[in-house]
Amino acid sequence: MAESAPIVRMSGIVKQFPGARALDGVDFRLLPGEVHALMGENGAGKSTLIKVLTGVHPVDEGEIELAGRPVAFSGPLAAQQAGISTVYQEVNLCGNLSVAENIFVGREPRKFGRIRWREVYRRADELLDRFDLDVDVSAPLSSCSLAVQQMVAIARAVDVEAKVLILDEPTSSLDADEVAQLFRVMRRLKEQGIAILFVSHFLDQIYEVADRITVLRNGRLVGEYLTRELPQVYLVAKMIGRELAELEKLEGKPLARTTEPLIEARDLGRAGAVNPFTLTIREGEVVGLAGLLGSGRTEIARLLFGADHAGGGSVHMGGKKVTLRSPRAAMNHKIAFCSENRREEGLVDELTVRENIVLALQADRGWSRPVSARKADELVRKYVAALNIKGDPDEPVRTLSGGNQQKVLLARWLIMEPRLLILDEPTRGIDVGAKAEIQRLVVELSDGGMAVLFISAELDEVLRLSHKVGVLRDRTLVAQLDNDDALTTDTLMGKIASGAPS
Amino acid sequence: MTATTLPARRFGVPRKYVPVAVTGCLFVAMFVIGGFRYESFATGQVVLNVFIDNAFLLVVAVGMTFVILSGGIDLSVGSVVALTTMVSATLMTGHGWPAWPVILLVLVMGSVLGFAMGAIIHYFEIQPFIVTLAGMFLARGLCYTIGTESISITDPVFTAFAQTRINLGPDLGISPSVLIAAVVVLVAGYVLHYTRLGRSVYAVGGNENSALLMGLPVARTKIAVYTISGFCSALGGILLSFYMLSGYGLHAVGMELDAIAAVVIGGALLTGGSGYLLGTVLGVLVLGLTQTILSFEGTLSSWWTRIFIGLLLLAFILLQRLIGVRRSLRPSGS
Repeated sequence: MAESAPIVRMSGIVKQFPGARALDGVDFRLLPGEVHALMGENGAGKSTLIKVLTGVHPVDEGEIELAGRPVAFSGPLAAQQAGISTVYQEVNLCGNLSVAENIFVGREPRKFGRIRWREVYRRADELLDRFDLDVDVSAPLSSCSLAVQQMVAIARAVDVEAKVLILDEPTSSLDADEVAQLFRVMRRLKEQGIAILFVSHFLDQIYEVADRITVLRNGRLVGEYLTRELPQVYLVAKMIGRELAELEKLEGKPLARTTEPLIEARDLGRAGAVNPFTLTIREGEVVGLAGLLGSGRTEIARLLFGADHAGGGSVHMGGKKVTLRSPRAAMNHKIAFCSENRREEGLVDELTVRENIVLALQADRGWSRPVSARKADELVRKYVAALNIKGDPDEPVRTLSGGNQQKVLLARWLIMEPRLLILDEPTRGIDVGAKAEIQRLVVELSDGGMAVLFISAELDEVLRLSHKVGVLRDRTLVAQLDNDDALTTDTLMGKIASGAPS
Repeated sequence: MTATTLPARRFGVPRKYVPVAVTGCLFVAMFVIGGFRYESFATGQVVLNVFIDNAFLLVVAVGMTFVILSGGIDLSVGSVVALTTMVSATLMTGHGWPAWPVILLVLVMGSVLGFAMGAIIHYFEIQPFIVTLAGMFLARGLCYTIGTESISITDPVFTAFAQTRINLGPDLGISPSVLIAAVVVLVAGYVLHYTRLGRSVYAVGGNENSALLMGLPVARTKIAVYTISGFCSALGGILLSFYMLSGYGLHAVGMELDAIAAVVIGGALLTGGSGYLLGTVLGVLVLGLTQTILSFEGTLSSWWTRIFIGLLLLAFILLQRLIGVRRSLRPSGS
C-alpha cells in the first residue's frame, strides 16, 4: 500500500488515572482510506486511546494531530465537528424516530426555520442507497434490525463530513450476515478515503476487514503491523504477552486426575452468549478455560453458577440431573463463583472485611439464624491467617489492595466449603506476590479434593495450574486438552488463533 | 436476530397513528350514539360547546403534551392555573390594574415558574414528578396567601372576552377563548412537527442519553418543555378567568390529572417519545363530550364522568400495552 500522510497521528500519549497508568507513551497513526484494527486484551488501553482521541479524556502528555494540525478536543461533539465520528457498540439512536430523522435530527435541512421533510427523506434515501441499504426511511428505527440500526448510526456519523470513523465493537451483537453487510459498508467508506478505526474481539473479522493492526498491551504500544504480514498466532502472542513466564515456577505440571466426575455440563448453551458445550469437571480437578476476552469464558462460568439461564442442555451432578435456576440453587449444590468484577459484583465496598467474609454464610443461613459474633470471629481469624489477608478485619474492604480484596472474596466462598469453585480472572489487576499466593491456594484446594474452574487470560497461569484446559474461541468451546508435557502456551495460542485441532 | 418477516398486521393506518385513530373513532361513536339517544344533540353547536367549556383545559393539555412527549410529567399545571386566576383577580379587582399588563405579567410568571422547575429537573437530575409536585404545592399555597375567598373579576376587557360570541353561521358560535386555544394548538403542532425544538422533544423522550450523544441540546429542550407547559398553564388560567370571571384558590383542583388523562387518551406514551398533538385535542374532546352526554342524560351524577374517564384511561393504557407488545415482537433486538 502506498503510504499517504496520516490523517491522525498520536505520539507519545500518556494518560494517568488514579492508581494506574492507562496509556504509557503510545504512538498511533491512522492513514486515510484504511481500516485499522486496534487490538489488545481488556485493560490494554484500547478504549482509553479512543477516549483520548475523541476528547472524552484530556491527554496528560503527548500530541494529537489531525491532518497535520495539532488538536485537543473538548468532547465527542467537538471531535465530531472536526471530522472524527464514533459509533459505539450499543446503538445510540432514538428508536421512536424514523430512520431518516435519526440520520438528520439536530441538523435537518430547513427553510425559514421550517424543517423540509421531503428533503430529509430524499437525502436519507440517497445516503442509505450508497450503503446498498433498502429500507423505508420513514419507518421508525425500532422496526429495523440491529444491523440496520448500526448502519444508520454509521450513516449519521459519516454524513457529518467524517474523515475518521471509529467503530468500537460494532459487531458484537450482529450475526454473520449482518457482519458481512457491515463490512461491505466499511469497504465502501474506505474507498471514499475515510479512515476507519475498528475495535473487535473477533480475530476472523479483523483478518477479513483490517489492513493494518496496532497492538496494545498494558497501556504500551507493542507494535503496528500490516495484517497480511502478521499471522494470527503471532497476533495472539503479542496481545497476551509473555512476561509472566518469569513468574516463579510453582511446581511441575499437575498430574491428571482420575477421580469421580463432580459436575457434567451436557450441550449446555445460551443463545448469544456461548454455543452448546459439553464439559466434565472431576473432583479435585482444576479445569482452566483459555480464550480471548469475549470468547465466552465468563459466560460458561455464569451458566454453571445459574447466574444466566441456559437456553438448552443439562447439568448433571453425581449422575443426577440438576437444575441451576439461580445462584442460590447453585450454592445449594455447593458451587461458588468469584466474579471477574470483584468491585461491582462481589464485594460490598462499604462493609468491613469481616462482614464481607461472612456475608455468603449469613445469606445461606437466612435472616432468622444469625452467625454468632464468636463464630464469625473464629472464621474470620482462620481465613485471614490462611489466606494471608493483610488489613484490619474491621476496616471497610475498599481500603484494601486489589490482591487482598480478591482474597476476601475467596475467603467468603471458602467458608461455604464448596465442592466446585469457579474463579473468573482471580489474578487480574493484582500484584505478582498476591498472584502467586492465589495460585498456590488453588493448588492446595484441589489437592484437598475441591474442583476448580479457573478462568484467566494469562495462558502461563492456566497452564501451570490446570489439569485440563478448555479452549474457547468466538463463543465456542473448540478444544479440551489434557495438560501433559506436550501442551505448551504455543499450542494453546495456536488453538485460540485458529480454532482448528493442531 | 435476522430480519424475520413477521406477518405484519395491516391496519388501514400506519401503526404509529393507531392510538390517535382509535380516539378519533371513539369521539365519532360517542357523538353518533348521543345523536340517536337525545334530541337536539347532533348539532354542530354541541361540539362547539365542548370547545367553549374546555378551551382552558385544551391549552393546558397542549403544554402537558410537550412535557409528556419529552418523557416528563408536570403536576403543577392545575395550581398554576389557580394562581393565575387569583393573581389576575387581585390585581384587577383589588388594585385596579388594567387588564393587558396583568395578562402579560401572569404569562411571564407562569413561564418563569416552568423554567425554574425545568432547570431544577435538568441540572439537579431530580425526578420531574417530585419537582413539579413541589411546584404544585407552592403555587396552590401562594393562592391562599393572596386570599382564601373567591374574588370576582369585573374588568371590562375580561367581561368582554367572557360574553363575546363569534358567529360561525346560523346557530353556531364560539367564544374568543376557543379561537385562542385553536391558535395555541396550531402553533404547538407546527413547533412539534416542523422545528428542531419539536423534534428534539421527541428525541429526548425516546432516549435522552442517545439524544445527548447525537449532539442534541438536551438541557435546552428539557427546560423549554417545562417553560412551555408553564406558559400554557398561565394562558389556560387566563382563559379560565374569562370563563369563570373570578379568581379562587380552589379553581382547577385536579386539572393536572384531567390534562394528563387527555394526553394519554390521545395516545401519547407516558414514557415519552410517542404521541401527537391531534391526539391531545381528541382526548380533550372525548373528556368534554363525556360531560355533555351525562348532562343530557340528566339523571346521573356528574361523578359518572370520573368513572367513565377512569375506565377510558385503563382501556387506553391496555391498548398501548398491546401495541407495545406487538412492537417488541418485531426484530428490534434485545
